[in-house]
Amino acid sequence: MQKIELALGPSFFNWSVDYLHDFYARIADEAPVERVYIGEVICGKRMPFNDKAWPQVIERLERGGKQVVFSTIALPVTKRDRVSIHDLCELDMLVEVNDMAALAQRAGKPFAVGPFFNVYNEGAAQALIERGMETLCPPVELPLASVATIAKACPDLTMEMFAFGRLPLAVSGRCYHARAHKLHKDSCQFVCDKDLDGMDVDTLDNQQFLAANGIQTLSHSVQALTLSAEEWHAQGIGRLRLSPHDIDMVQVARDYRALLDGEIDSSELEARLKAMPLPGALANGYIAGKPGHVWAAD
Amino acid sequence: MASNLTNIPQSMELVCPAGTPAALKAAVDAGAHSVYCGFRNETNARNFPGLNFSVKELRDGVRYAHQRGTNVLVAVNTFARAGDVGIWTKAVDDIAACGADAIIAADLAVLDYAHKNHPQVRLHLSVQAAAATPEAINFYAQTFGVQRVVLPRVMSVEEIEKLNKEISVETEVFVFGGLCVMTEGRCALSSYATGKSPNLTGVCSPPGDVSYDEEGDKLYARLGGFTIDGFEAGENAGYPTLCKGRFNANDETSYLFEDPVSLNAAALLPRLRAAGVTALKIEGRQRGKAYISQVVKAFRQAVDVLDAGGNAEAEVSAMLNAMTEGGRETTGAYKKIWR
Repeated sequence: MQKIELALGPSFFNWSVDYLHDFYARIADEAPVERVYIGEVICGKRMPFNDKAWPQVIERLERGGKQVVFSTIALPVTKRDRVSIHDLCELDMLVEVNDMAALAQRAGKPFAVGPFFNVYNEGAAQALIERGMETLCPPVELPLASVATIAKACPDLTMEMFAFGRLPLAVSGRCYHARAHKLHKDSCQFVCDKDLDGMDVDTLDNQQFLAANGIQTLSHSVQALTLSAEEWHAQGIGRLRLSPHDIDMVQVARDYRALLDGEIDSSELEARLKAMPLPGALANGYIAGKPGHVWAAD
Repeated sequence: MASNLTNIPQSMELVCPAGTPAALKAAVDAGAHSVYCGFRNETNARNFPGLNFSVKELRDGVRYAHQRGTNVLVAVNTFARAGDVGIWTKAVDDIAACGADAIIAADLAVLDYAHKNHPQVRLHLSVQAAAATPEAINFYAQTFGVQRVVLPRVMSVEEIEKLNKEISVETEVFVFGGLCVMTEGRCALSSYATGKSPNLTGVCSPPGDVSYDEEGDKLYARLGGFTIDGFEAGENAGYPTLCKGRFNANDETSYLFEDPVSLNAAALLPRLRAAGVTALKIEGRQRGKAYISQVVKAFRQAVDVLDAGGNAEAEVSAMLNAMTEGGRETTGAYKKIWR
């Protein structure tokens, strides 16, 4: 049986350059992940800051033996966003496409497709494979049965499941961090840097519900898919994606590796995750076709 | 090569919703240049009970519309379910067989199928594809022969004007009705709360998952068990559309994503025309024929006045006064301050 790989997804959050350097240095040295996605995928206004970090981060990760993939922005709007996509698509390294604008410029060269890109069926997957797609991390709401159907129809494609982290649910033209601070996007003062895992959004009766991160809306809960290597393999899944949070992601990767290697079982992984200072409760409803916030076993 | 849409003497085409055959007739009779509709299944993004068309109803609707010089555009704009793509490709075949004027689609599988099998039928890119850059739009045009793009509601008028200079296809923009705050086709909030969403099942914040619960002297409107809004006694209790709810964030309670408003860009019609927009879209396939008739007549009058060299200000004001009663409205992202 082929080994189920681990990948670290792109960070969604407005982390400082110092934070990024420290975070990825540890990943490079200690995390048992084969692949690391980097780059700013949420807001082009953050790029002038975190762009400075990437050359050194890439060098560091590659020295640590990781395959580095540069992710493109999910919702390009401004000229700067578009230029960033153009420049990334020219790179020799592998690129993750998160929007049709990036596909248009990357077609013909190998690329990964991220969860912001709408691939819901084997027909859409086939159209992308013809243009160079090598990995697909499908939209988070897609049930595992549908993912397995696509995997079966596309045997040479690596299917990657969004296995850990707050779920990326929506993007918007509007910045909710700015709005919550009574600012506008154009004069946002970069207030999204206050919330390293996103800003909690609760209901009127204080039920934990969502999280805002600039123009992005995430789940409050933390997705945790904890199938075994055999179960993933049976569904045609080749890699799991762990989405970065302001917690010990090296430990998260180690715990997932231990599950995939059969050293611990699902309930042990869940117990270990719950013992960490996660930003929300565990959820896994989407893979069973249920509401995304539920724990499917409940 | 697919044909151009005919019968449109105006500089701007008015594209009007038809949730039912009766609404189609109302829109045609009220002066719509084009109507748009969908089949009664999960292939379109307004998959609500009691709405939409059978194949026979579409055929009859096309006949009625064509006899009166109106075009019929049909939405197959959800994302096909893996393993069941045939339901979506059959819808495309049926549209072509009914003689409708254009297919509105978002899914790569549906676009690819329509382009390869029905190249004579115009293909419009649905707003559910959320294509907002020249690179994306030109790619859809070159790859699938898309002739028109329905723009996502995240763009300002200035951006639309710039975009139109960099693309070769027509643009269609929403001017009235429901307002998606999130980028269309890129939102899973509804499925997070209920398991059902626009992309998965063609619905958002579905009625079957809504409850109104009285607790003490307050009424709570909930979706999938999550409180979306709360109302005092006597307060008008709105529908709990997820992104229009009141939430707690940053130590304050507010309509974080958007107030419970609807879109009205009527005042911006002259600017949209100057920006090179081809078609104006009215949202509301869930609306009854009386509403459709009223809104279509008002917008048609405004477009006619614009074309006659008037500035349509009087018509626009009359329209705003007639239709804003009871509801609150916004020009949305068309004005940059919205962001």
